Amino acid sequence: MEGWLRADGRKGIRNTVVVAYLVECAHFVASEIVAAFRGRDVQLIGFPGCFPNEYAARMMERLCTHPNVGAVLFVSLGCESFDKVRASAAVEGSGRPVKTLVIQKAGGTRATVKAGQDWVEGALDSIGNVPRVPMEVSDLVIGTVCGGSDGTSGISGNPAAGRAFDLLVAEGAACIFEETGELIGCEEIMAERAITPELGRILRESVQKAERYYATLGYGSFAAGNAAGGLSTIEEKSLGAYVKSGGSPISGLIKPGDVPPRGGLYLMDVVPDGDVRFGFPNISDNAEIVEMIASGAHLTLFVTGRGSVVGSAISPVIKICANPDTFRALAEDMDVNAGDIIEGRRTIDQVGREIRDFVVAVADGQQTASEGLGHREFILTYKSFDPIGPACLPRTA
Amino acid sequence: MTAPETGPFLLLHPDDNVLVARATAPEGTEVTLASGTVRLTQSIPMAHKIARSAISAGDTIRKYGMPIGIATADIAPGAHVHVHNIRSGYTPSVVLQDADGRAG
Repeated sequence: MEGWLRADGRKGIRNTVVVAYLVECAHFVASEIVAAFRGRDVQLIGFPGCFPNEYAARMMERLCTHPNVGAVLFVSLGCESFDKVRASAAVEGSGRPVKTLVIQKAGGTRATVKAGQDWVEGALDSIGNVPRVPMEVSDLVIGTVCGGSDGTSGISGNPAAGRAFDLLVAEGAACIFEETGELIGCEEIMAERAITPELGRILRESVQKAERYYATLGYGSFAAGNAAGGLSTIEEKSLGAYVKSGGSPISGLIKPGDVPPRGGLYLMDVVPDGDVRFGFPNISDNAEIVEMIASGAHLTLFVTGRGSVVGSAISPVIKICANPDTFRALAEDMDVNAGDIIEGRRTIDQVGREIRDFVVAVADGQQTASEGLGHREFILTYKSFDPIGPACLPRTA
Repeated sequence: MTAPETGPFLLLHPDDNVLVARATAPEGTEVTLASGTVRLTQSIPMAHKIARSAISAGDTIRKYGMPIGIATADIAPGAHVHVHNIRSGYTPSVVLQDADGRAG
């Protein structure tokens, strides 16, 4: 594998120009800039809100200094609350080309679009000089999520993703799993895998926080439909999602934007701290994927049963289809057919190995199904978190 | 581990005492277990579980190698394992409205 070497020592598997709008009022102008570069690696991200939010500011900084990103153009209306000076300084400090266009000062829609397109053209030239260096599996950060789950997810796709995680962690990669709201009933099992008792306590508390949060929102119980689908207990339901994490020891707990300090398996706590303020922790699958990317994920494993088609801006998404019927129906959108496990053609181990090998191929430049189709979904909304404490990332094993 | 085995049933982890149906297994399907071949006495829908070996009341049920509940009755090899013969070890108060343990 070869990657693009960044000033902070991290290596990217893509070299993307990101155009980021800093309020919904600048969204259209930013998207017009990107539209001129169809088929080239120029991608749109953004934050819609006019009111300030520390989480969004931090996420934007992390995303714009992600190793897969080569250069950043910020598009501001001018009067929104987003701190564009801070964001720009963070990108500049990372050694990347950066520019901020303010629509109110640039002369309106057409002038800003033109200035933006000219800048992006120059940035594409300039990032062609970023050095390419050898890359190992131990340089990779990999996330996993599941969405559009069905009865097959927990018995084919998720166990196969877990097997791939075991292989990747053994090779030194940092692997991240999340969805604490779907781990209710797994706290004790999960806490036993923590590398220190203190971390075990923190993992347990993160799930208890999720349970309280979802209870406030009126969600989070075991539904009758779950039993019809063959699930007998809440812990069995949760384990179907938890099994994506594989069997490695858990090295730490991170929150969105925290980059794993070394290889190992990490739980991402995605449920906001404090009172319930901004609604659901993550309003859709791409909100989860974006948080993985903000924590440095070079790519994300996405297990689906009913069949999602999404990709993502910045980092490729590998779609693992748990259901063989869905795989046949949406073949062009899928990368890995874990439905073979359901049909008895391949084992969980074999599919896990295929996922691991495909991760390496994608890291080395092969396009995923969603990349080939042009998918670049992105969403960032309001949340709030307290910083993690030192016990979340213990140094001793 | 986990070679394709036992017909329509999947062993998710070597420590498990249940097998999971990867497709609906009709009543009468023969399943080969360590204790011998058994014939299903009822249809088992996809993703439902059967006992891989004899389970006694009070035993921990293991799937993915992890505990998913506790047996509330003795369960014979090949019998359906569900809400009628296991309970959560986590939230005993869980309500399962339409879950009578019958297949179909």
